[in-house]
Amino acid sequence: MELIFERSRPGRGSDLLPPPDVPASPLPEAHRRAAAPRLPEVAESEVSRHYQAMARHAFGVCDGFYPLGSCTMKYNPKLGEDLAALPGFTGIHPLQPEHTARGCRSVLDRAGAYLCQITGMDEMTFQPAAGAHGEFTGLLLIKAYHVHRGDTGRTVILVPDSAHGTNPASAAMAGFTVRSIPSTAEGLVDLEALRAACGADTAGLMLTNPNTVGLFERDILAMTEIVHAAGGLVYYDGANLNAIMGVARPGDMGFDVCHLNLHKTFATPHGGGGPGSGAVGCKALLAPYLPGSALGGGGGAQSIGQVRAFHANFLVVVRALAYLLTLGNTGVRQAAEGAVLNANYLKHRLEAAGYSSAYPGLCMHEFVLTLEQLKKQTGVSALDLAKAMLDQGMHPPTMYFPLIVHEALMFEPTETETPETLDRAAQALEALLKTARENPQALHAAPVTTVIGRPDETAAARRPVVRYGFEEG
Amino acid sequence: MGSFLPSTAAERAGLYAALGLSGPADLYADVPASVRVGGALELPAPMSELEVRRTLEALSGQNTRFSTILRGAGAYDHYIPAAVGRIAAKEEFVTAYTPYQAEISQGILQSIFEFQTMICELTGMDAANASVYDGASAAAEALAMCRDRKRTRAVISGAAHPDVIATIRTYCFGSGMELAVAPVRDGVTDLTGLLDETTACVYVQHPNFYGQLEDCSELAGAAHGAGAKLILGVNPATLGVLRAPADYGADIAVGEGQPLGLPLAWGGPYLGFMAATAPLMRKLPGRIVGETVDAQGKRAFVLTMQAREQHIRREKASSNVCSNEALCALTASIYLSLLGPEGLRQVGEQSCAKAHYLAGALCALPGVSLRFPGPFFHEFVTELPRAPQVLAALEAKGILGGLPVEGGLLWCVTEKCSRSELDEAVAIVKEVLG
Repeated sequence: MELIFERSRPGRGSDLLPPPDVPASPLPEAHRRAAAPRLPEVAESEVSRHYQAMARHAFGVCDGFYPLGSCTMKYNPKLGEDLAALPGFTGIHPLQPEHTARGCRSVLDRAGAYLCQITGMDEMTFQPAAGAHGEFTGLLLIKAYHVHRGDTGRTVILVPDSAHGTNPASAAMAGFTVRSIPSTAEGLVDLEALRAACGADTAGLMLTNPNTVGLFERDILAMTEIVHAAGGLVYYDGANLNAIMGVARPGDMGFDVCHLNLHKTFATPHGGGGPGSGAVGCKALLAPYLPGSALGGGGGAQSIGQVRAFHANFLVVVRALAYLLTLGNTGVRQAAEGAVLNANYLKHRLEAAGYSSAYPGLCMHEFVLTLEQLKKQTGVSALDLAKAMLDQGMHPPTMYFPLIVHEALMFEPTETETPETLDRAAQALEALLKTARENPQALHAAPVTTVIGRPDETAAARRPVVRYGFEEG
Repeated sequence: MGSFLPSTAAERAGLYAALGLSGPADLYADVPASVRVGGALELPAPMSELEVRRTLEALSGQNTRFSTILRGAGAYDHYIPAAVGRIAAKEEFVTAYTPYQAEISQGILQSIFEFQTMICELTGMDAANASVYDGASAAAEALAMCRDRKRTRAVISGAAHPDVIATIRTYCFGSGMELAVAPVRDGVTDLTGLLDETTACVYVQHPNFYGQLEDCSELAGAAHGAGAKLILGVNPATLGVLRAPADYGADIAVGEGQPLGLPLAWGGPYLGFMAATAPLMRKLPGRIVGETVDAQGKRAFVLTMQAREQHIRREKASSNVCSNEALCALTASIYLSLLGPEGLRQVGEQSCAKAHYLAGALCALPGVSLRFPGPFFHEFVTELPRAPQVLAALEAKGILGGLPVEGGLLWCVTEKCSRSELDEAVAIVKEVLG
């Protein structure tokens, strides 16, 4: 595909603005730019075709099955797009007087109240712009809580070895030391190891439940009790809330603070990597530390301050509120049940087709296959299988995660897939398994139907080219 | 209804039967009874699409839409060409995940590569990332890029946006980085006596919160003289006209990309961008797209230098950034493609000229004067009597006036305002001031 810069021809463009109707204003020469930025010079018609070509080489939920584990790629209802485009939302300045932005405030208040209901938390902030941003915010609440009590020796955050990479990274950014807690052979947090790791230096524990192998931590009450007894707080990573919303609430399990990924659980689109919204809920004991905005208001005397400008990724919250209102008091639970049912059905079908689950038995909303044996027998890796799925018109599952499972493929089909989609995926994967055993070379070569073959990532990282080089163009 | 389940109840019963389960309760056997939700949640009953639409439309109707916006302060009301929204709304872009699977994501990856290139062109830098949450978090992340064992302290301009200063403070509460806020003299940053051998970086916003142009070359000299890096926070809508940050000697340029085709939207989602000189490239946080080839030698784009990132490095990562603002970056790329260098120059020139026109007309009124003496771009502070009454009178006519700040009102004008709108606003102010 041509780059937009390669479509550029001098002098092309669009008539977008009227001519100036006031005198030009002299800028001091020292501040005036010498050479214009080499932005593309293209007519609107060419811009249109360029991005259409790009869209053809993107893969959205609209394009096919997207069982990307831990990412909850459910269908994104189009109503949310319409509502997020309402001029009464898009045209509102973040620093308008409060009495002229009551509707925006109500959107946050209502979404906050519903999400508190779903999580069992007392307060909700929408300032964090993504899940990792929410983790960072929640951990700062924990830090502020200990600091304000003069309990400054609590410097360690406990993180299971199955956790998302953002958990330890967020803890480090918040100034904590990370201590890893091993998992048992069953895929659950090792309770004795947790007990041994807790002490006077424990600031808190970060936990995803269901965890990243798709199992519900059934000793959850004992776990939160152990951490609380040691003087720590417990953080709920909401990445996997889709399995249990309406069924069980983090607040009732003993969690003190949580983040939610509105762009996963609450059906707002991922946008090719954002914008998301990492709303953070907390119990009353942490509420005094919630963020506000220096100019936009909110935040009390003990507030941690703020983690971004203004109020929220507001239009994302508009979409999530539309989804919450659609689901209502019964749909939330139905969606969760549908997600768990679909995951179990696909797991069952793939096991029957000859795949090995990393953990047997019922799963929650996602499950992990291990291709360790297959790789030993045939040389076909999890990567090979994932790439072969591309040729079948499916987005592959999450690869090589969690780290505790070798040759892992993590499937999360979500509730918005039909049984026949799951059946077709199972059939396609069964056929790929057969190919792996009979003609492994074919899978090493995959994909063959895509616009490019496997890219050379090593070369990309070794000699990075991260911008267009005009002199060559 | 109400859960977006495509399957029928009968079909789901078939799935339960295939699994040997009797129903939903069997799925949750591992969930202790004591934490199960007993009854229904306290949420409203499910609504149809039409009811949800009416509910949200009613909420949007409770807001006041100003027909003329003379307020900026970090959120700017520029004209957004029709094609921007239409193109960015393509379902393939909107519903895709982060492009981990390069073979089916070349469109997304290439669009990010193009965005990185455009940000490099605007800032004069060698490398840019795929975006972070917003301008404030971009500034906070930039500080962390500069810290090392010996240099643990940052100096930030007191003339930066208050939300940016507060965000930096919060990030430093986390990281333990020391912070000093440089005082503001005559509306610009004064670094006198603040830099030493422990200073990792200086952060300055240009034009600053009060709209004033900072003496960036001198600030760069002062920072580099002390062995520190200069981070400039810039408004990209000014960069068709103003010098590129790299030309002033900045090491890192960050900013809020909202002026590039994103609506005001009550503060978000916006777009944080970050760009740096080559030596700092591997310290940039978050996603970066690089060019490479596939096995046939065909040009290809991939997420690259992932050894910096949280999913590989965990607690040793340069940042925890995972999701960013990809669709907003795409929107900004479309905007910049439509405007081109000439369009962006016009946006800058006209915003600047109209702001000076308004400033001149306001300062011709009795008791009104500019708060600061230096050159400004498209924002300025006036000392003005009876500010609350002035703002109320403007509001009554659908005009959002300047933002009350210490010492006066902070006004902003973009290319979107016509001369007649500005004349009308001035007439209203004149009437209030009598």
